[in-house]
Amino acid sequence: MPWIIAIMMFLTVLSAAAGLGLGAAVKAMGADLAGRATVQIVEANPERRDRLSARVAQALRGEAIVRAVHPVAAAALADQIRPWLGQDAVDGDLPIPALIDIELTPGQTDAKVGRVRHMLHILSPQVRIEAHAAFLAPLAGLLSTLGWLAAGIVLLMTLATGAVVVLAARAAHDSHRGTIDVLHLMGATDVQIARLFQRRIGLDVLFGGALGFATALLVLILLGTRLMATGSELLGAINLPLTSWALLAALPVGCVILATVAARWTVLRSLGRLL
Amino acid sequence: MTAIVQFENVGLRYGLDSETLSDVSFSLASGGFYFLTGASGAGKTSLLKLLYLAQRPSRGVIRLFGEDVVTLPRKRLPGFRRRIGVVFQDFRLVPHLSVYDNIALPLRVAGMVEAEIDAPVSEMLSWVGLGDRGQARPATLSGGEQQRVAIARAVIGRPEILVADEPTGNVDSDMARRLMTLFEALNRLGTTIVVATHDLPLIAQVSAAQMMKLDKGRLSDPTGSLRYPPARPQVKG
Repeated sequence: MPWIIAIMMFLTVLSAAAGLGLGAAVKAMGADLAGRATVQIVEANPERRDRLSARVAQALRGEAIVRAVHPVAAAALADQIRPWLGQDAVDGDLPIPALIDIELTPGQTDAKVGRVRHMLHILSPQVRIEAHAAFLAPLAGLLSTLGWLAAGIVLLMTLATGAVVVLAARAAHDSHRGTIDVLHLMGATDVQIARLFQRRIGLDVLFGGALGFATALLVLILLGTRLMATGSELLGAINLPLTSWALLAALPVGCVILATVAARWTVLRSLGRLL
Repeated sequence: MTAIVQFENVGLRYGLDSETLSDVSFSLASGGFYFLTGASGAGKTSLLKLLYLAQRPSRGVIRLFGEDVVTLPRKRLPGFRRRIGVVFQDFRLVPHLSVYDNIALPLRVAGMVEAEIDAPVSEMLSWVGLGDRGQARPATLSGGEQQRVAIARAVIGRPEILVADEPTGNVDSDMARRLMTLFEALNRLGTTIVVATHDLPLIAQVSAAQMMKLDKGRLSDPTGSLRYPPARPQVKG
């Protein structure tokens, strides 16, 4: 049984970590996305584009609801486009819009985006604004769904662990029937006998749970290192705050408690049928 | 003498079969020594099972230590069982425990602290001649040694009633005599002894013993040279 518990604990911890990590990512994305937008200056002529960009940036800086204005450097933009469209596209006549990232003050993002859109349209119909939340919302929704799925898996694994313990307790009870009968006839109470089983099973689950948890921990640390190495802001948002680590550490403890209670209940039920 | 055990019209049936025991009535005096005899299948083991509370009768009344145990709530039975020592015919030693731990089992069940267990267990080991086999496992013992461990385990808690089912079945005559001597010593200390046996010479060894004979599930008067007072009239009051 310890090995089965180790495997189940390993899978449970990984599922829980995935759920918690995705939840943290969704939360971080939400915080990041909220109040962020990108202004596009769609002008083919580079000189007019640069002049319009400067006017737009100045106008934005004058808006009280705009907390920060970050024009995206042309070179940085070219670096992002190059892997997709090639060097020729960057060097050639392909008109690339100028971009300005803005941060709005917290709250009522949609309304504020609307106000900025209206202001920019008055400035020039060639200026557009897009809120980041609009195009990243489906991704956030997917991550959230995956997070809930992970939570469901954790619940199923917990139920399965309980079932494994119940079966193990029944099997142990049956295989030790002779000893139990002798103890019973010596005057051992049901609780005394149940305590022997719950202690034995509790120790097995403690060993298996610790092993599974330790292995899962190593995997999580390795995965975390790999995620950070990607340099991706999106993937880097999948992290585990301290509270999440505490929750994960509580899993093997909870497993031992669950196993002890399940074993005790199972054995007491079986003993209750004896005289 | 007070009656420590009273059976009144006790019947025992397993499933839908005919009764294994029928209309069994007797009283055992506290401090008495009794042999229960009868052919194989007469119901000796079944009667003993009722005595040590492994079974409830199908009908009738059983009183132990003055209380009706048939209607006793289940949770009170352990307290009664701790006052009864049992030597099983098949020993029933716990295979994964050492000889020492097997003998200590009743003391631990009764809640004795570990520090107080060693002295009586070591003394008992010596008494049954297994002082140097304390750490051995039952599987490594001979039949006679296992029998002695089973007896040691049954008596270590100084039970008020000792029930033994064929306790000398696996030992030689010399050891059988020694075991009976042990039982007599316990009896002198006040333990009521009930021994189920076929062994006629054994019965003859214990002069103060009284005999009960089962015949097809009923108590009957024996014939022959064995001493036999009817079980029922032994108890006054």
